[in-house]
Amino acid sequence: MQTYFRELSQKMFQLIAGNEIILLNYAGEDSDFVRLNHNKIRQAGYVRQQDLDIDLIIGQKQTSAALQLSGNHESDMTQVKTLLNLMRDQIEFLPDDPYINISTEINNTETLQENQLPDPNLVLNDVINTTKNLDLVGIWASGSMARGFANSLGQFNWHTNHNFNFDWSIYHHDDKAIKQNYAGFKWDHDYLNQKIAFARETLSVLEKPAISIKPGQYRVFLAPSAMQELISMLNWGGFGLKNHRTLQTPLLKMINEKQTMHPHVSLFENTREGVTPPFTKAGFLKPDSISLISKGEYNHCMVSPRSGKEYDQAVNCSSEYAESLELSGGNLHQDHILEKLDTGIFISNLWYCNFSDRNACRITGMTRFACLWVENGKPVAPLNVMRFDESIYNILGNNLVDLTTEHEHILDSGSYHQRSQSSSRLPGALVNDFRFTL
Amino acid sequence: MDIQRYITEFKSLAPAVDHWSLRIVANHSESLSVRQGIVQPPELSQTCGAHLTLIQGDGFAYAATSNLTRDGFKHIIDNALRWLESSKTFGLFSAKDIPLPARSGSYHSPVLRPWESVTLSEKLDQLQEINKCLKINDSIVDWQAQLNRRVVDTYLVTSEDINISQTFHYIYPGYEAVANKGAQTQQRSGGGWGAAKQGGLEQLASYDFPQSAQSTAEEALALIDAPQCPTDVLSLLLKPSQMMLQIHESIGHPLELDRILGDERNYAGTSFVTQDMFGHYKYGSELLNITFDPGLVSELASYDFDDEGTSAEKEFLIQDGILLKPLGSATSQVRAKMAGVANARACDWNRPTMDRMANLNLEPGDKSFSDLIAGIENGVLMDANKSWSIDDSRNKFQFGCEYGRLIKDGELAGVVKNPNYRGISATFWRDLQAVGNADTFEIWGTPNCGKGEPNQVIQVGHASPACVFSNVEIFGGE
Repeated sequence: MQTYFRELSQKMFQLIAGNEIILLNYAGEDSDFVRLNHNKIRQAGYVRQQDLDIDLIIGQKQTSAALQLSGNHESDMTQVKTLLNLMRDQIEFLPDDPYINISTEINNTETLQENQLPDPNLVLNDVINTTKNLDLVGIWASGSMARGFANSLGQFNWHTNHNFNFDWSIYHHDDKAIKQNYAGFKWDHDYLNQKIAFARETLSVLEKPAISIKPGQYRVFLAPSAMQELISMLNWGGFGLKNHRTLQTPLLKMINEKQTMHPHVSLFENTREGVTPPFTKAGFLKPDSISLISKGEYNHCMVSPRSGKEYDQAVNCSSEYAESLELSGGNLHQDHILEKLDTGIFISNLWYCNFSDRNACRITGMTRFACLWVENGKPVAPLNVMRFDESIYNILGNNLVDLTTEHEHILDSGSYHQRSQSSSRLPGALVNDFRFTL
Repeated sequence: MDIQRYITEFKSLAPAVDHWSLRIVANHSESLSVRQGIVQPPELSQTCGAHLTLIQGDGFAYAATSNLTRDGFKHIIDNALRWLESSKTFGLFSAKDIPLPARSGSYHSPVLRPWESVTLSEKLDQLQEINKCLKINDSIVDWQAQLNRRVVDTYLVTSEDINISQTFHYIYPGYEAVANKGAQTQQRSGGGWGAAKQGGLEQLASYDFPQSAQSTAEEALALIDAPQCPTDVLSLLLKPSQMMLQIHESIGHPLELDRILGDERNYAGTSFVTQDMFGHYKYGSELLNITFDPGLVSELASYDFDDEGTSAEKEFLIQDGILLKPLGSATSQVRAKMAGVANARACDWNRPTMDRMANLNLEPGDKSFSDLIAGIENGVLMDANKSWSIDDSRNKFQFGCEYGRLIKDGELAGVVKNPNYRGISATFWRDLQAVGNADTFEIWGTPNCGKGEPNQVIQVGHASPACVFSNVEIFGGE
């Protein structure tokens, strides 16, 4: 892929006329996808796709285009020439754009990773045999992914990884299930065995009659997977410079009213520990880390090239959306979670969150999967699903008792159009007076 | 694009299996946007790829590529054959039972005013004019307008010489204004923002594009000074822009047969609806009539064939409040041993088909809009969705809208902000008290319905009149 993209970019740059500048962004993947239901194959297949984004800049005018590559120079260059001509036709009708912002320094980078992926057909045999007699439903996704950048100024960046993401649930009955995930770069059958053994143990709790609680406020422990749902809501416009300057961030009170969170709350975009490329789509290099919230106070924003130009800030990302979020840990050891929770709800997963009052950073959503009612530090019964509606300023503020010392590294299993490269490192959270409404 | 050459090339390589189908999808799109009076870089997109499905014995598998050369086709044949072997051994159901398409045909979206009939400069000028109409006050802190189009050509050919070609034209207009005062920010959208239609530029008028630009900004300003929506159990009047979401989340998703069969339990979720409920379950009041209607002109998911080649026809899913049929495609119908509709759809060439909503509509009743208002003693009108959340069985929901108006003693009263409501699907529709007539009927839809593993986002249409519900738990913000 790398050689092809390099050669194609060189051929394209030979097409440049006058003072044209071209930026190219490549995204390619070879993916196996196997969908499972009732521990059998529902749909199995393979996808090879190669996307190329082209930015054409002439003076203070810019236009963009996207196409999909075949991997054949002749047919791809025919497509490219057609699109470039359309872009040139278009650009002459555009007014000047004051916010064009591209890197003019040459910063070449290359991130390569050894491909240690297993044969997915063999892994599926392994999975189906290991989970015999279980009602497993989920998705296996694996293969190589590559991201590349090249510009006509001479910069070239390349980033590859080869990973798998096995995301599944094991159902006991109705909606009572345990959700699990195993993502990585090298398959370990023993690790899968451990996961499935834990699931079998948990199913014995789920077979107890479920209880329904009344709406009200409860002490809860939010596992890292549940925290991911909440933190991803903050990531929906919470950290972008444009959202801050146009007062649309759900963290508006932290900006306008000096609202703070608990001093244990520090949130970073930790690119160095993530799996995303270290370069942006405009050729800027990302910093290793961006401090978004520090000790409960708002700190820095995510800054895209356009916002950077509009608001005179240094660029630190492609789009104003964190892709490698890390929340600092606290003092709660994972072995003491149930003991410290005492009586309340262990929330393994949240689901379908949304803002019910964006200005107050109030979020609603549902419990899902193996959420348990706990009494005196012992899981008693599964909980029927409940709706919560609570402000993040309470969850990560006054009502936050502690965060776990340990983090979970969660690799996003998302695959809208292409497999996600986002990840997060999150602790669990012990929270008082968490409000359930329905 | 020489589709016939691709098809001929593939046929020369086609493997000897019980059945193959090749679906080629070509997308062309153009996106125009002006924010705060600055033309954003326009975006063109031209993509194309092929999706191959093989059936042999009990197994089936797929492979897809953007490489439409001989080498590309060889590569996907090899990979589909690789997964076919695993599918034969571990398949959830026998592929021998999968129905195959029965007839060839074609479809083309009606377009009265083509995209190309207006120049780029004219389109950008119009978006600039809208920007001026949106920036009416210093409290408007952000504003933007967009006009996008997309053309999708799909071709389905099979080993049985079925040939289906369909061409879809879509238009995505809209604008939004954001108003702020202190720690209070409110956003109001108009002109079809967040929705889309099939057709050409003639569709803009149905979204009041661009005429509603100034009133959109005025309503954003009104919202920042408005009181919070009251907290109470009240009557609720939903305009079609919110009925779209209500139908989508609490009727559409629960009726997807693949959810009922458990395929989505790890991601999008399951359903409170079970197979034994069809034919007798009282889903809503007798005013509730829900149709799967692939023939409504200009609605987003109008088509003659689904992506597996099944002919599409209008069907009642709920009639007089009684649940009749699921949103189940030919394959799901065989698995569940029950009748369904033609709704096997894929978002693009790189994803396989599954059960999706298409056009899912609520049929009009007999009340004028003024009748609906007059029938409410104490209630709230809500318009345009801004928050949506529902449990994985599609039962307990909570939705919020951009704009609310109180209704007192049969008359519209003041504006309220952050109008939210919550309920339970299984009982909410039984409190459907009044259904607007054809004059209140509007065609909406969303380009962003997410589902499936691997994930797919697809366009669905929802048309509805305004509707009134009683005894709804309504509340506002802080």
